[in-house]
Amino acid sequence: MKQVGKFCAWLAVALVGAGSLATIALRRGEPINALWFVAAAICCYAIGYRFYSKFLATKVFVLDAQRATPAERLENGRDFVRTNKWVTFGHHFAAIAGPGPLVGPVLAAQFGYLPGTLWIVVGAVLGGCVQDFVTLVFSVRRDGKSMTEMAREEVGRVGGLIAYFAVLSILIVLLGVCALIVVNALKSSPWGTFTIAMTIPIALLMGLYLRRLRPGKVMETSVLGFLLVLLAIWGGQWVSQDPTLAKYFTLSASALAIWVIVYGFAASAVPVWLLLAPRDYLSTFVKLGTMALLAIGIVGLRPTLHMPALTQFIDGTGPVFAGKVFPFAFITIACGAISGFHSLISSGTTPKLIARETDVRLVGYGAMLCESMVAVMAMIAACVLQPGVYFSINSPAGIVGAAPAAATATISSWGFTVTPQEMAEMAQHVGEQTLFNRTGGAPAFAVGMAHIFSHTLGGNELMAIWYHFALMFEALFILTVLDAGTRVARFMLQDALGHLWRPLGKTSSYPSVLVTSALVCGAWGYFLWQGVKDPMGGINSLWPLFGIANQLLAIVALCVGTTILVKMEKARFAWVTLMPLVWLVVVVFDASYHKVLDPNPRIGFLAHAQQLLLAPATSATSRLVFNDRLDAIVTSVLVLMVGVILLESMLEWSRVLSGRKEAGVKEAPFVATRFAIEEQG
Amino acid sequence: MAENKTACGIRIAIADRLRKPLALLMGALQEIFDESAYQRFLTRRGIASSRQAYAEFLREGQAQRERRPRCC
Repeated sequence: MKQVGKFCAWLAVALVGAGSLATIALRRGEPINALWFVAAAICCYAIGYRFYSKFLATKVFVLDAQRATPAERLENGRDFVRTNKWVTFGHHFAAIAGPGPLVGPVLAAQFGYLPGTLWIVVGAVLGGCVQDFVTLVFSVRRDGKSMTEMAREEVGRVGGLIAYFAVLSILIVLLGVCALIVVNALKSSPWGTFTIAMTIPIALLMGLYLRRLRPGKVMETSVLGFLLVLLAIWGGQWVSQDPTLAKYFTLSASALAIWVIVYGFAASAVPVWLLLAPRDYLSTFVKLGTMALLAIGIVGLRPTLHMPALTQFIDGTGPVFAGKVFPFAFITIACGAISGFHSLISSGTTPKLIARETDVRLVGYGAMLCESMVAVMAMIAACVLQPGVYFSINSPAGIVGAAPAAATATISSWGFTVTPQEMAEMAQHVGEQTLFNRTGGAPAFAVGMAHIFSHTLGGNELMAIWYHFALMFEALFILTVLDAGTRVARFMLQDALGHLWRPLGKTSSYPSVLVTSALVCGAWGYFLWQGVKDPMGGINSLWPLFGIANQLLAIVALCVGTTILVKMEKARFAWVTLMPLVWLVVVVFDASYHKVLDPNPRIGFLAHAQQLLLAPATSATSRLVFNDRLDAIVTSVLVLMVGVILLESMLEWSRVLSGRKEAGVKEAPFVATRFAIEEQG
Repeated sequence: MAENKTACGIRIAIADRLRKPLALLMGALQEIFDESAYQRFLTRRGIASSRQAYAEFLREGQAQRERRPRCC
């Protein structure tokens, strides 16, 4: 009887999910309520978690609660600590959730809400969650080893080396793009710039409070820091209206870029724990709080989406970035559907906290589902805007024109009516001088989020506060990614250079720290500068590059996962990783081909360079040509590196499957848990 | 009177049911914000919380924290 009840309940979930997905997919020409998206996503996630992740856990990986985890065997009270599964879940989610799932869906909304939403939901259930789950379970069975170590041991030495350089290169591209989003969000915005600038003294105050007054009380300190940030947001309005003060905080994109590069260098080279750790805590606090608030806002307000299911830009002529819906929607949305970067977290801190092997299912698969839900909310936030407003914010001046009248005329000619007055009114409501050409996704997300929040609380009067709160929230945690990423890249570079010349590998050597920090900041700073100087806003060339890089990392992780499955003599289940792997190989290699060789100058780097060469030569033109060629080389090298890993993996599969090599993996030996009674109970 | 008792009983039952999830939420937040790590440090060293202890905790965990990536 109980079984029948369960069956009926899951059947109901499946029917609601299918009905919601059908409504999203088939609705044409009229607005749609956001709750359909929430219902479709939650039902698909519930079914994916209940059935697919259980299949993976019991049949494919055969998770064993009796097997001691590294957190038990190597427990040291520092990094290896047995932790409650829900606590580990929260910790893992906080580490994987970054700006990617917010920005990617906003940019992909140019195709309409349908392609992005379907990719987020299906991609997460069958791809992203599987990748995180596989990486986490295999790392747990190898004493918490990193992805690059697993690649070296299981795929081969070349694969391991290439994985290492692929990770480093991808980090550099990622940091450049993250920095560009912050710069585009804060340029000519005294309010936003003031608020973000204020987070520096606030973090210093938090650091002092934490060290001197209340040692170790991080949450209490973060709450106080958050209240001070709210005060800074309120004060920003006053600063932006004061002609004397406003001019100090009204910075051009170039000036902001220089500040961000200097900040990144300082964060990496100077031991500023007093500043960076409290900022990290503050960013996490704001991130978790805001995501929860956004979820409550969407469910409470049940906003209507105005963006059509599909726009004409699926043909590749989109103003936000050029390229057809296939493959570009699938590299634009990485985090939220599948993100290679997660494999670094799943083989980093998290495996060292897992108390029972069976907890991996909740942490690895479940946390990614939550990340995917965040991406669905970002899609909703972008699509609640009138399409004309969305395109006015996200289209670069090079496409729609710099003057409001020209921009609105171009956008209206696409069928998305918008007027200069409407945009001026919107800008006034959010406290900006203009909202035109604010590429990068962050401002559009902030306007959408402010729209949702202001309807829940405060009306138009509070819209400017909500907008700047959203902007601050995004910029704060992008800067946290930037400083943490710069430090991690610096360590990786030091590790690599240490093999060439030992003194460069010493992490305590100050000259080495300065040199490697400068190299890392110089590398991502170059991409940032390139984006800032790009008349198309930078996002058109750099976001696809970032998406390609991130998905290439996912290919590496899935290659490692498939290789281990084959070596475990589980080749009959290799389809669980092969399915997303094949999809990503097709998508990413196709996207890379188009980005390098497409004859359309808006898409192909080399075609764009060729077009520029036909124009009269200037120093700016030569720089743009050089940038295009550099981007083409970077993309090609990344693809080549990952191609080698793919080939090496396939050769390894062939050797094992044909019997030329004995199957066998390099797992830590089985040790029975001392907590067997607890597990049985 | 009986109604009040019933209402009170319901409130207690709700509070009981909420206690565990709230404790887990607090536990997760304490882990995310390194408060648990600090408590473990104090227990391991057998010392009480103080400025010096916290400074030592920060020094000890700095290398590990510095290498912790933040996802995009």
